[in-house]
Formats: sequence, structure tokens, C-alpha cells
Amino acid sequence: MDVLALARWQFAITTVYHFILVPLTIGLAPLVAGMQTAWVVTKNERWLRLTKFFGKLLLINFALGVATGIVQEFQFGMTWSEYSRFVGDVFGAPLAMEALAAFFIESTFLGLWIFGWDRLSKKVHLACAWLFALATNLSALFILSANSWMQHPVGTTYNPETGRAEMESIGAVLGNNTLWAAFPHTVTASFLLSGTFMCGIATWWMVRLVRSKKPELVALARDTYRPAVVLGAVVMLISGVGVIISGDAQGKIMYEQQPGKMSAAEALCDSTEGAAFSILTIGPLNPTCDQLTRVIEVPGLASFLGTGHFSGPDSLLPGVNDVQQDMADKFGATNEAGETISYTPPLGISYWSFRLMIGLAVFSAALAVWSLWATRKGRLSDSKWLSKLAVIAIPMPFLACSFGWIFTEIGRQPWVVAPNPSGIDEVRLLTERGVSTAVPAGVVLTSMIVFTVVYAVLGVIWYRLLHRYAIEGVPQVYDESPEARDADGDDADRPLSFAY
Amino acid sequence: MDLSILWFVIIAVLWTGYLVLEGFDFGVGMLMSFFPKGTREQKADERRVLVNTIGPVWDGNEVWLLTAGGATFAAFPEWYATLFSGFYLPLFLILFALIVRVVAFEYRGKIASAAWSRRFDVLIQVGSWLPALLWGVAFANLVRGVLLDADHQYIGGFWALLNPFALLGGLTTVVLFLLHGSVFLALKTDGELRTRARALAGRLSIAAVVIAGGWVVWAQLAYSVTWTWAAVVVAAGCLVGVVVTNAKGREGWAFTLSAVTMAAAVALIFGSMYPDVMPGRAGGPSLSIAQATSTDYTLTVMTWVAVILTPVVIAYQSWTYWVFRRRLTTRDLPAPAGLSWTKVREAVGSHAKPAVNQSDLS
Ligand code: HDD
Ligand code: HEM
Ligand code: HEM
Repeated sequence: MDVLALARWQFAITTVYHFILVPLTIGLAPLVAGMQTAWVVTKNERWLRLTKFFGKLLLINFALGVATGIVQEFQFGMTWSEYSRFVGDVFGAPLAMEALAAFFIESTFLGLWIFGWDRLSKKVHLACAWLFALATNLSALFILSANSWMQHPVGTTYNPETGRAEMESIGAVLGNNTLWAAFPHTVTASFLLSGTFMCGIATWWMVRLVRSKKPELVALARDTYRPAVVLGAVVMLISGVGVIISGDAQGKIMYEQQPGKMSAAEALCDSTEGAAFSILTIGPLNPTCDQLTRVIEVPGLASFLGTGHFSGPDSLLPGVNDVQQDMADKFGATNEAGETISYTPPLGISYWSFRLMIGLAVFSAALAVWSLWATRKGRLSDSKWLSKLAVIAIPMPFLACSFGWIFTEIGRQPWVVAPNPSGIDEVRLLTERGVSTAVPAGVVLTSMIVFTVVYAVLGVIWYRLLHRYAIEGVPQVYDESPEARDADGDDADRPLSFAY
Repeated sequence: MDLSILWFVIIAVLWTGYLVLEGFDFGVGMLMSFFPKGTREQKADERRVLVNTIGPVWDGNEVWLLTAGGATFAAFPEWYATLFSGFYLPLFLILFALIVRVVAFEYRGKIASAAWSRRFDVLIQVGSWLPALLWGVAFANLVRGVLLDADHQYIGGFWALLNPFALLGGLTTVVLFLLHGSVFLALKTDGELRTRARALAGRLSIAAVVIAGGWVVWAQLAYSVTWTWAAVVVAAGCLVGVVVTNAKGREGWAFTLSAVTMAAAVALIFGSMYPDVMPGRAGGPSLSIAQATSTDYTLTVMTWVAVILTPVVIAYQSWTYWVFRRRLTTRDLPAPAGLSWTKVREAVGSHAKPAVNQSDLS
């Protein structure tokens, strides 16, 4: 394989891996902070137990999120150095701001939260949890502004002398409408994922304890797990609606900014009015646009996702063939080597990943509705089937999120910086032009193999630790805060409340 | 002042922050290899104390590196691109080390098993020795100059990075971090550990004077400019100061002085590079500040961001150190809270146990 292919694989592997961990941190951190708030306000011990229980899981996840994030920060320079030269003037700024404004808060206040239970007053300690949670979301905002700029470069000019993109307005980069659609979508998807995680684990526990029939365990299920089931389910419902609304908004924006992406998502050959959205399809996994047999389709839906119209002239979706023609006219049909440039993203991946992103959310929806129904008016459930669904549902939004990103990034190909149709279209870069030229293929191959193996090993440990702590259940707790300690006489020699 | 020069200085400051802060936590990580004494169990306990002296702060320290990286990308894209693609292999090894190190800190106590913790402690050590050595190698090469082509691509190859000057540079960071780490330990522990850390710092400071002194003088004579003699003098003075204050048991001062030593070394490195960000070698082209820089607009934006946020960051990070100022000994450690990897308590987990400490809750 050449450097380009290897660099793409390495980037794809490391980023998808990073984003398996990221959404759980983004969504669970505020949920944990919320539960801790409930404890501080109501003084009800159940919330402290839940805080500690889910807090542990959050920490296990966070560690690997950080470890994989470090690679991201340097990869642009390592394997995509020509990309970095081209975009650095614009793209570096949000990255630096992310570190200065978000990562510092994240890491510092997490340290205070973990080690500070007996060092900080209850309110200050709680504030640390919230600062950490806000910072995770702030970091998403900055990094997505960088990514959105690649999808839709704004606030920038092209300088022909240096051959680089130059920033004209940071306000435009941070006000990019692509960002303000992608950020809510990513954050709501993260909450959907975290709600599923929480509701799934708590539901499994509730059913298990109720089935034990021991009165004290059933009481525990009622007192501690049921509130977590309900909280998780409500979070899922609210964020699920948010995901749909924001996803719909993204579709409309995408249609204006990258017309080829929506047609790739439907693998549409020719421009069509009232294009249908296929749900059940037969065909090869990696089809050309005319190889798919659509068995069940929803008329007009693909057009609606892009244009807001089910039928009529306004609902026209351009086919991939027409997009190819337009782009070839505008940006040249061949590269310097004389090869034809394909302006069509890989159709199979675009088509299937878009469907999987949306479709896998069905599990979360089913779990949310069922577990709310099963716990209505103070009820508990002992349904084995509910508990099975809970366990199956947990991984689904993780997959959905990965497919969402795979669609976003693959659908942008062959561009790494997609030309902006409503303005500065000199600011554009083909992916093949972004790769480092100074790095030999063998070196990238080595690093790719090592990263993949290390990530795989760490992934197994991550999974088994999460699993192990989840099946341990909520811990016994006691109030370690300085206020509680003062009540029974301070003594400086007591051990730390927490240590690695 | 020209903004690009200001940013050259800011990046030097960020690296100083990184090397001073992560310098001591790398040092503590490396000391885990040979500092703990006694029986197997005692050693395990002491390693645990070591890890926990840096427990609440190492992650925040590491962000200084991410900030230095991001700031280089924003302010000097050409530098970021040439440096990280050119130094691909060393950087890859550093990333590998940092990945396993991060995970090892968080996971070492999660399972109640001596073998489990020991394995992760080995990863912490690997993850500390490797970057400590490689950062020195990388910076020494920047001082010495590297082979670039006219397009600012690094063409020297990997082995050229391992020249004697750079390897001595690597040893210099190793010994400085070890010294910094042991001084930090003396500051953060009590009793027997503190006495031993102080004694070790005394021995290390002699090694540091020899090795770091040798490298600094070599750098100064071969590659540097007149004014950086000032940095050399400050570094030397502070190192001697570490020896003296450490011997007197003034750990706070010893730590401050070893931090200043680090800052002086960064001044020497960046001073030697100026006005380039990557000096050329063998008469080949260099990459200068002026060639590498972003536009004035980007630098202006970034200056505002840095001026507003950096003091805030320094304020809350300092507060963290204040909150966790207490000295640690093996007696301060709570019983390990990890779970058994295989044995799940009862059919219904820990719930089978009666609640404890009910009375604490009111
Ligand atoms: C939508 C959110 C999002 C996206 C798209 C990315 N990240 Fe990320 N990243 C986070 C959200 C996040 C986070 C929530 O802030 C993390 C994740 C898990 C964690 O524990 O913190 C984090 C951690 C994290 C860290 C470690 C921070 C620390 O030490 O505290 C770095 C250096 C990066 N990321 C860098 C990147 C880069 C360069 C990306 C682009 C390819 C990227 N991340 C994609
Ligand atoms: C700000 C955040 C991001 C930036 C700046 C970014 C940037 C890039 C770049 C430079 C490439 C290389 C071009 C290529 O290989 O095609 C790429 C590819 C890719 N990215 Fe992103 N990315 C970001 C976030 C993500 C995330 C969070 C994911 C998902 C987990 C993701 C998934 C991918 C995938 C799957 C590819 C491979 C595409 C291919 O091989 O053709 N990206 N991205
Ligand atoms: C009705 C449902 C949904 C619609 C209409 C929808 C729509 C979209 C669209 C159009 C994009 C691509 C944006 C672009 O390339 O510019 C996208 C990306 C994405 N989707 Fe969805 N989506 C839906 C459901 C989901 C679900 C259930 C999840 C995960 C739980 C999810 C996670 C993501 C992620 C992580 C991305 C990539 C980040 C981004 O571009 O915002 N989506 N979605």
C-alpha cells in the first residue's frame, strides 16, 4: 500500500477509536454531575451511590479517551503534513483554543474531583464536577469547529503566493452554520448514547434484583436503580428528539454545501425529483449507483431530508453522475498525473453507514419506551426480555455514532477540505494532496500496526473493566466531605479517601 | 514587537511549562524503577505513594504539551508540519509511551491484585523513561540543525537524529527530570521517604551538574550565540543552588531552583534556534520564523486568546497544588479499592452485604 492509503487507514482507525470513547465522556459527565447535585440538594444517599457508580465507569472511559486523543493532536503534522501546511493558519487556531480553554479545565478539575472528595467542601467539589462536564462539551465545540471548517470553509481566503488558506475572520469560523448543526447533533447523540448506557445498566440491575425476590434487594431496586432507569430513559427520549431535529437540519445544510453527499447517501445515479429513501435494499456491499434493487422505500423522503420538499421541482436531488460532471467542469477532470479524478465518494460506505447511523437508534428508542412503561407509577419490572433488550441496546448508539462520522468523512471524499459552493471555492484540497511526503510508507505501516494492536489490547481491558465494575453494582458509600468529617472531629492523620 | 517573534517566545514558555511540570512527573515515574526499598510488599506500597504524589496533577501537566502542539500548529503551521512529519519515529515512540502511561495511572488500582498493579507500574516506568530521553534527543537536534530540502521537508532520515550530541541531550533531560522528580518527592513525602528522596536528590544533582553541564557547554560552544551564555550561567547557578538547598532540607527552594534550571535550558534551546525554528545543517536551507509563521490576523486572534486564558489556567492549576499540598507517607494510603478480576461477590454483587456506615449519613 502507498503512504496515502496507509495514512488514511491509520487516521480512520485512530479517530473512530477515539470517538467510541468520546461520546460517553461528553454525555455521562453532565449526568454524573447532575446526580451529584441531586445528592447535595436532597441529601438522599441513593444519588451519592449512583454518582460513585457511574463516576467510576466514567473514569475508566475517560482515561482511554485521553490516551487516544493525544495521538489525534499530533497526527495532522505526522501523516497529513501537507494538509497542515495548507490549513494551519485557520485550522490550528481552534485546536489551540481547545487545549487552552477546554482540556486544561477538563484535566485539572477532574483531578480535583477524583481526589477531592475529602479535601473540598461539598459545594466546591460539586462545582469541579460541573466544570469538568462543561469543559468536555466545550472541547467538542472547538474541535467540531475545526472539522466543520473542512466540510464548509468559511472566513478564509486563498493566498496564491504562499498557496495556503488564510484566516480572515475567526467569527465566521466559529459561527459556521455547519458547526451549529453538527455540534447539537454530536452532543445530542452523545446524550442519547450515555442515556442508553445508564438506562441499560440500571434496567439490567433492576430486573436482576427484583427476580431475586429477597425483600431487601427488591427495596434496593426500587430505591436506587429505578430512579436511574427513569433518568436514563428520559434523557434518551429528549436527546433522541434532539438528534432527529438536528440531523434533519444537517441534512438541509449538507444538501446546500456538499450536494454530492446526500445523493451518495441514497446512491442516486441521476438527478431526481421526489427521490425516495430506501429502507430494504438488495445489492452488493460496494455498489455502483445502478446496482441496487430497492425493495422497500419511502417515497420522497430522501428529497425531503435534503430539501424539505417531498415532491415537485424544489425537491430535486442531483444524481452522482451529474455531480461528477459539475465538479469535473469546475475543478478539472484529471490530476497532474493525467488520471481521472472521481468526485464521487465511495457509495457503499456512504449508503450503508447513513442507514446504520439512523437505524441503530431504534434499539434506544425501544428501550426508552419500554423501560418507562415498565416503571410507570412506581412499578418495577422483572421481565427477562426487558433486561435482554437493555443489554443489547447499550452498544448500538456507539456503533451509530461511529457510522455517523464515517458517513460524514467518507461522504466528503475525494476532498479533505471540500470546496464551498457559496463563495471561496479556491480554498479546497484533495485528500491525496494532504498526505505527508517526507514519511516513508514502511514507517507509517509500522506505526499503524502498533497503534492498532495497542488500541486493541487497551480496548479489551477497557471493556472488561467497564463490565466488571458494572456487574459489581452501586457501592456502599459514606459522606467523606470535610463538613461531615468536622462533625465527628477532624484528625489530620486519617488516610486519603481515594488513591490510585 | 513583531507578533511572530512574540509567538516564538510564547511557544518557548509553553514548552517550559510542560518540561517543568511533566518533568517532575516523568521523574517520579522513572524513580519507581529504583527508588522503592524493602520487601516486595513494601516496595509495592512505596510505588503506590509515588504514583499518588502526582495523582491529582499529572493530567493537567500533560495538557501543556497539547497546548504547545496546538499553538505551534496555529502560529507556525510550516514548523508543525515539517517537525512532526520529519521526526515521525521519535514522536511516534513518545505517543506510544504517553498512551500506555495515561492508561496505567488510571487502571493500576482498578483490580485488587499485586500482579495487575505491578504490570501497570512497569508501563508507567516505560512511559516515563522513553519520553524523558526522546524529548531531549529531539530538542538537541533542533539546536544542532537538521537537513531540510528547499520545500522545507526533512530529509535527514531517522538514524541521523541519533548523533552523539543529541544522545547526550537525551541523557540531559533524563537526569534533569530524575533530579526534578526526586526533589519533588522530598517536597511531597514525609518521614523515611522524604529523607531518602533528599539523599537521592543530592547524588543526582552531582550527576546533573556533570551531564547537563557538559551538554550545555557543548551546545553553547558549537551552536549558540553570545547572549545564551546568560542562560547557561543561570542554569549552572540554579543547579548548584539545588545542591545547597537540598542539603539544607529547604525542599521548596530546591524545587523552585530545579524548575528555573529547566526554564534556563529551554531559553538556551530556543535562543540557539532563533531566528530559525528549524536551523538547517551542512549549509542546507533553514526554516525561519518568518517563513513558518501564520498571518498577522491569526496571530492577533491567538494572542488575545493566550493573554486572557493563560493567567486563568495558571491560577486554577496553582490552586490544585495548594489543595493537594499535604505530604504523603505509606500510612496515608487507604486500603486498595480495586475489585477482584474474576470473583464477583455473590449472585447479586456487593448488594448482598449489609450497609455499613449508615450512621455517617444524616
Ligand atoms: C465531539 C467531540 C470530539 C471530537 C470530534 C474529537 N474529540 Fe478529542 N476529546 C473529546 C472530544 C472530541 C473529549 C470529550 O473532550 C475527550 C474525549 C474523551 C475524553 O476523555 O476527553 C477528548 C480527549 C482528547 C485529548 C486529550 C485531552 C486531555 O488530555 O484531557 C486530545 C489531545 C484530543 N481529544 C484531541 C482531538 C483531536 C485532535 C481530534 C480531531 C481529530 C479529536 N480530539 C476529536
Ligand atoms: C475535528 C475533528 C476531525 C478532523 C479535523 C478530521 C480530519 C480528517 C482528515 C484530515 C482525514 C484524512 C482524509 C482521509 O483519510 O480521507 C479524515 C479522515 C477520516 N476521518 Fe476525520 N476528522 C475529524 C473527526 C473525525 C471523527 C471524530 C471521526 C470518527 C470517529 C472521523 C472519521 C474519519 C474517517 C473514518 C476517515 C477516513 C476517511 C478515508 O479513509 O477516506 N473523523 N478526517
Ligand atoms: C433521524 C435520524 C438522523 C438523521 C436525519 C441524521 C442526519 C445526519 C447527517 C445528515 C449527518 C452528516 C452531516 C454531514 O456530513 O455534514 C450526520 C452525522 C452524524 N450523525 Fe446523524 N442523523 C440521525 C441519527 C443519528 C443517531 C441516532 C446518531 C447516534 C447516536 C447519530 C450520530 C451522528 C454522528 C456522530 C455524526 C457525525 C458528526 C456530525 O457530522 O455531526 N445520528 N447525521
